[in-house]
Amino acid sequence: MDRRLNLTGWAFLAPAAVLIVLVNFVPMIQAFILSLQSGRGTNLNFADPLWYNYQRLFGDEIFKQTLVNTFIYLIIQVPIMLILAMILANLLNNPNLKAKAFWRTAIFLPAAVSLVSYSLVFRTIFATDGFMNDFLALFSVPPVNWLGEPETARFVLILGLLWRWTGYNMIFFLAGLQNVDRSTLEAARIDGANAFQTFWRVTVPQLKPIILLTAILSTNGTLQLFDESWNLTKGGPAYASMSMSHYLYEVSFQRNPNFGYGAALSYVILILVAILAFIQLRVGDKRD
Amino acid sequence: MTKTSTLRAAPGYAFLGIWTLFSLFPLYFMVVGSTNTSQDVLGSRLIPGGAFFENLAKLFKAQDVGSALFSSFFIAVGTTVLALIVCSIAGYGFEVYHSKGKDRVMAVILLAMMIPFAATMIPLFQVFAKLGLVNSLWAVIIPAISTPLLILLFRQSSRAFPSEILEAARMDGLNELSIFARIYVPTMRATFAAAGVITFMTAWNNFLWPRVILIKNEVQTMPMLISNLSAGYVTDYGVLMLAVLIASLPAMVVFLVLQRAFADGIVGAIK
Repeated sequence: MDRRLNLTGWAFLAPAAVLIVLVNFVPMIQAFILSLQSGRGTNLNFADPLWYNYQRLFGDEIFKQTLVNTFIYLIIQVPIMLILAMILANLLNNPNLKAKAFWRTAIFLPAAVSLVSYSLVFRTIFATDGFMNDFLALFSVPPVNWLGEPETARFVLILGLLWRWTGYNMIFFLAGLQNVDRSTLEAARIDGANAFQTFWRVTVPQLKPIILLTAILSTNGTLQLFDESWNLTKGGPAYASMSMSHYLYEVSFQRNPNFGYGAALSYVILILVAILAFIQLRVGDKRD
Repeated sequence: MTKTSTLRAAPGYAFLGIWTLFSLFPLYFMVVGSTNTSQDVLGSRLIPGGAFFENLAKLFKAQDVGSALFSSFFIAVGTTVLALIVCSIAGYGFEVYHSKGKDRVMAVILLAMMIPFAATMIPLFQVFAKLGLVNSLWAVIIPAISTPLLILLFRQSSRAFPSEILEAARMDGLNELSIFARIYVPTMRATFAAAGVITFMTAWNNFLWPRVILIKNEVQTMPMLISNLSAGYVTDYGVLMLAVLIASLPAMVVFLVLQRAFADGIVGAIK
């Protein structure tokens, strides 16, 4: 290519690339250095041993609890959400469906609501003297202390995540379905496959790239869960529903800020994101 | 024939109906709650009440809603405008002047997608503190301007941009920047709308980073304001639902107005 045009291309790309390096890669490296330091506030020195903060994490019961919580959300919520999103997208993709625009808007709308807003609405609905208990009372179910018990608090948080993100993921599947070859669906029908078989054996395999994309994005999002933990359950009762990022915030910016320890904790999140993405990419490749 | 096909479609409609009910109920609860007193919200009154203006007065008395709305709008609009400029020109530049070296840079940019914000938050705070930008709205905008997802979106849609137009424009003596601004931008409306909706909603709804960097109450954003409302010992649920509604409306309106273009833009990017 023309040298002048090549340089123009670089000039167009440069601002974005420089910004990404400055706000992502540089801080990422700084965080690693920080994770090897200890001390309070700005008075930081290299720790002895260097991996002291990481060592400390393994003995931190609260950290372990938040790690377990995050994995509970990940393992239960992400698969359910992606399956629901795929089913909804498949239903919406039916050419004979009536009022398509209405269904699509209604199902996507939660994704336009801020995480803090919906967390507070769910918190109100699931208050001890709130709507959900009044509703259950109609069926003579005794009131449940939704946000006061570990299991129910996690349940409400998972329900909230499903509410907020299923429609969002559905949009990706809906876009992916545009690329599914209609003739393959026809062929399956002629061969006598029922709707479920067609969906599972013909449609789903063709959606694989989208499944991979949404799985990685959702895993990434769940590992960084903060707003819901902070606003919906406040991490409670005690630390029973707190996410890792919520604990990271507490360690780094509340009471006695400890940047070194916080940075170590943030690196655990970074490493988990990397490992899980790697596994998902591997599994995604294998099925070919 | 029609009867059996209707019958076959019934479970599908039932499923869509149930999910739609589940989707819309919390939103309905929020809207109705904003017109009811705290007692009525907890008492599960599901019809509109007459306490809307009373809630509004209480909310404005308790919190500086005006300044929170200003902060949120400033951040959301500022981020959207800057992100659209920086990322569209990058995606276009990458695709139209494609070269091996740029492929490598793009690979690095995409790698940044895997870096969780959590892992950059503490050093970012330290840097912005050093620059004296704690409590500055720019500190919220700057890290959100250049995002791999947006660059990817613009790169993908630039593939559909015909090179004949490019050649013709060059023949006419247009320089490269004018080709981008005068020809590319107007033809990529759907992509800009999709990118704009995503960026505006993300910026408007952002909570963790503003919480870290905006410490003073005078500069707090709407999500921070409503979060603080529920943190007190006594929560007025009518006021809370109203505040939540106000905090949600702008992003929802942006989405509803641009949703057609948003869907087209996403489809264009995934193809």
